[in-house]
Amino acid sequence: MAIDATHNLPEDVESAIRDAKKTERSPLAIQIIDEILENAQIARERLLPLCQDTGTAVVMLEIGQDVHITGGFVIDAVNEGVRKGYSDGFLRNSIAARPFSARTNTGDNTPAVIHTDIVPGDAIHISFMPKGGGCENMSRYQNFLPGMGKKAVIDFVCETVDMSGGNPCPPLIIGVGIGGTAEKAMTMAKHSLFRKVGSQNEDAETAALEDELLAAVNALGVGPQAVGGSTTALDVFVETFPTHITALPVAVNIQCHSARTKSVTL
Amino acid sequence: MTTKHLTTPLTDEAISGLRIGDHVTFTGVIYTARDAAHKRLIELREKGEPLPLELAGQVIYYVGPTPPRPGMVIGSAGPTTSMRIDPYTPAMLDMGVKGVIGKGGRGPAVRESFRQHHAVYCIAVGGTGALLNRHIKKVEIVAFEDLGTEAIRRLEVEGFPAIVVNDAAGGDLLEEGKRQYRTSDRPIPAVQSLGG
Repeated sequence: MAIDATHNLPEDVESAIRDAKKTERSPLAIQIIDEILENAQIARERLLPLCQDTGTAVVMLEIGQDVHITGGFVIDAVNEGVRKGYSDGFLRNSIAARPFSARTNTGDNTPAVIHTDIVPGDAIHISFMPKGGGCENMSRYQNFLPGMGKKAVIDFVCETVDMSGGNPCPPLIIGVGIGGTAEKAMTMAKHSLFRKVGSQNEDAETAALEDELLAAVNALGVGPQAVGGSTTALDVFVETFPTHITALPVAVNIQCHSARTKSVTL
Repeated sequence: MTTKHLTTPLTDEAISGLRIGDHVTFTGVIYTARDAAHKRLIELREKGEPLPLELAGQVIYYVGPTPPRPGMVIGSAGPTTSMRIDPYTPAMLDMGVKGVIGKGGRGPAVRESFRQHHAVYCIAVGGTGALLNRHIKKVEIVAFEDLGTEAIRRLEVEGFPAIVVNDAAGGDLLEEGKRQYRTSDRPIPAVQSLGG
């Protein structure tokens, strides 16, 4: 999964980048988009990772409640898979063991960041995202006054994208989690990044907010790699959850144009 | 779009001819360094110890490549976020560095430093490490091998593509570009203040 995800740009992402060329106004931005598309082709043909930052291994496990796992601990199995994938695939190991002191590289890109969820059924669904540092580091969370509503969300997302500039490698895919608690909001924002580009939230009001956010972000003029242009984001995904009467939590988790994901169901 | 072809080390004259938004290529030798290598170089300088490479006139590329597959000289090799190197850049320019390749914008003090030192900041397209690999012909580790992907490497490059973001005249492409293509009535934030 790690090797496949880091070498093959998902079709929905590549086609969204190709479509962006049709509406982009800046000649320099169009040249950048062409280089991004050429890169995807070279990566596939020459077995090179799309990006040298092959990321933190983020893994979301949805485990059916009827599943009984034998023969070892599932978390160990995921980490063993990451270890093997990053070594066999000539991927970069980018994990520092101690975050605030000795930042020694763990040498095998473990531990993965693993989220587990119990779901109905007897299957295990594994979603893998090699998450680059440039875009992950632009994540933001803030709680707003409940009465501030939709405007607070739009202002916060626009401000985040504006101030991030070229750091997260636009054109972006933007995940937004609204509601729940602090960690719930950020987890929803991350989870939404597994959605297909072009998909919409099933809830009509939330889908309308996604459209409004995408238009607002693309009006900022940041453009591909922040050189200026009309293509700042390819899509914006919003997930929501009921929240406390005192709160309006908003989390933003940004994905770069190298929006690498891979999912399997066992 | 026309392309200006540069050879390294960069001359003052070549730098004078560059303007923001120019598409350029680099041919010759460039050196890789990220945060950790910058920190060590500047510590050596502060202690008055010799540097493992001559920086005068050189171009530094902010990259931590993937390991090469057998038969290749380097793996995927695109730029990393330049803002993380901001604290070290003025000192590097003091030591004679004339060109830098990374991605994203620089803080106001660093932009001013490029102007003062008659140096240039370029971006390569972030997330195109497979494409950029083709322009790197030879690789040799020259210092800090223990840093792994962050070691200083001497790269021989041919036609390595980049875009000028901060020129020696004090221009900033990211500011100009945003202003030109902005259709939003939101005020532009004074600084890009997100770290990382």
